[in-house]
Amino acid sequence: MISGILYDLLFDYTLRTVAVGAAALGAVSGALGSFAVLRRQSLLGDAISHAALPGIALAFLLTGSRATLVLVLGAALAGWVGTLVVMAVVRWSRIPEDAALGIVLSVFFGAGLVILTFVQRDPSAAQAGLDTFLFGQAATLLERDVAVILGLGAVAVAATVLFWKEFKILSFDPQFGRSMGIPMLRVDMILTTALVIAIVIGLQTVGVVLMSAMVVAPAAAARQWTDRLGTMVFLAAFFGAVAGTVGALVSATAVRVPTGPTIVLVVSALVLGSLLFAPERGLVAAWRREVRNRSRLRTEAVLLDLHALAGQHEDGSHPHEIGALEAMGHHPGGAEETLRHLRKRGYVSERDPGHWVLTEAGRERAGRILRDRGGVP
Amino acid sequence: MRDRGPNGGDGEPRAAIEVNDLTVAYRDQPVLWDIDLTVPPGVLMAIVGPNGAGKTTLIKAILGLVKPAAGHVLVFGRPYLEQRSLVAYVPQRGSVDWDFPTSVLDVVMMGRYGALGWIRRPGREERERALNALDMVDLTDLADRQISQLSGGQQQRVFLARALVQDASIYLMDEPFQGVDAKTERAIVEVLTRLKDGGHTVVCVHHALQTVPEYFDWAAILNVRRIASGPVGEVFTEDNLRLAYGGRLPFLRSGTEG
Repeated sequence: MISGILYDLLFDYTLRTVAVGAAALGAVSGALGSFAVLRRQSLLGDAISHAALPGIALAFLLTGSRATLVLVLGAALAGWVGTLVVMAVVRWSRIPEDAALGIVLSVFFGAGLVILTFVQRDPSAAQAGLDTFLFGQAATLLERDVAVILGLGAVAVAATVLFWKEFKILSFDPQFGRSMGIPMLRVDMILTTALVIAIVIGLQTVGVVLMSAMVVAPAAAARQWTDRLGTMVFLAAFFGAVAGTVGALVSATAVRVPTGPTIVLVVSALVLGSLLFAPERGLVAAWRREVRNRSRLRTEAVLLDLHALAGQHEDGSHPHEIGALEAMGHHPGGAEETLRHLRKRGYVSERDPGHWVLTEAGRERAGRILRDRGGVP
Repeated sequence: MRDRGPNGGDGEPRAAIEVNDLTVAYRDQPVLWDIDLTVPPGVLMAIVGPNGAGKTTLIKAILGLVKPAAGHVLVFGRPYLEQRSLVAYVPQRGSVDWDFPTSVLDVVMMGRYGALGWIRRPGREERERALNALDMVDLTDLADRQISQLSGGQQQRVFLARALVQDASIYLMDEPFQGVDAKTERAIVEVLTRLKDGGHTVVCVHHALQTVPEYFDWAAILNVRRIASGPVGEVFTEDNLRLAYGGRLPFLRSGTEG
């Protein structure tokens, strides 16, 4: 199947168009989504994409055109209005931002569904395919759609490159930016517009319901791998492109499912992998650090206790019973396994069964640990 | 750092900051009430007062970050908006997300963003200045460190360095000593003293009353209203402090901001 897809990708013109479009929209939404995630505005992406639906339906209703650019502009306008409503509600009422986002999302989406249903009662051929905006259908991507994606996507990316430092200070410390005289509201408008663009160019392929995943997921995955903003944005764009391409191709060829869900499955896998396996922030790395730490503390406790026991004896090489060691109470779960581990490293030896003593190397090691902890050797 | 503009054309030293009749309210609650305050150039001034006295709000109102209900602020005799480049700001450390993906040097260079203007990126000159500032706060070794790996005291010094690269005449700092270690406290005091010796004006929101006479030469005592302001020796009296902290006067209601 995979080789089939690769073959088609090289020689099937339609499929190549789909792949290019999906990669571009994934990259743009991944890049702009990074800022949304860092500003803790992940929900905003969801609100914008849902708010875009009535814009698409109205644009069709008013113009009677199904041209991509018309629908996308309608979507962008509605998405923008939705964002402004959120801002206004937060500013002028006591409703908190998450509630405002939820309200706008559902009200706009509901209105969109109503208009869409109304439009579809008219059985003219033109409206066919409007409902693909719900869950997305990559197979419907034509060359002119991809041209719109590339053109508008380039605008959003250009804004990011141009206003890089402004976006950065807006995301990190907007009050400080304002104190220096940078018009943060204007910067916010530019960034939000770029985000709206990034979202609406993906709606035909991914659908309004799941588009927010393309805003949040690639950025969340990218954050796991790096501590630099530039790398994060670049990586998020890459993840978005991969998810878009793979998801769109799978949906467009082998399986006849909407594209949104397949893209989201792919991007979820990327997120899961990043959460688990990223070198510093990954769960596996954290777990391994924890295990290493715990085993280090356990072996140090045994070494120090043996050291202390030896100090109580005139003959420092006198072996001690394991029971005496465990009676000191520092070894939950017993000391035997740790002792065997230490023997392998040459720090202790077992004289008689169950009787242990520090070796020369063990005494040195214990002395070093004591010094490191600020004690006297 | 240069000494800039503290004197008016007529030779009379003009106030670095002049706050006139400033009133700020959140919803119906006054946070600052009819504040008059003069900060002479070249002083090291502490703003003290109980929680909710409006200290942070005063700083933010001077910076134009909160809109006053009444009153105005002059910086060297002119409105703040015209004098922005003369004022540097050190916000509270807790006001940002320290898990943001960026480095110490990068944060410090942000202090130059205002001077750079739209679109232009920081370059070699900004880098040099940032490294100099990091040297002043004794953080040179951490220039490339991810900011989430800093201690509280180091975070505070990064913010201080970011204000230093603004190369201003007036430094407004919101609790620079909040939750820092002894080493950082010494480093900050040293920087403040150097700023003062260079002719700069420094205004700090400050919590630890016992260090006020030691660190500062000027003070304002605040509790929604201005209780007193002037040389530390004159205003930092038990009577004034009791007025601000002790038995609350009936017409005072504390706001929500610290």
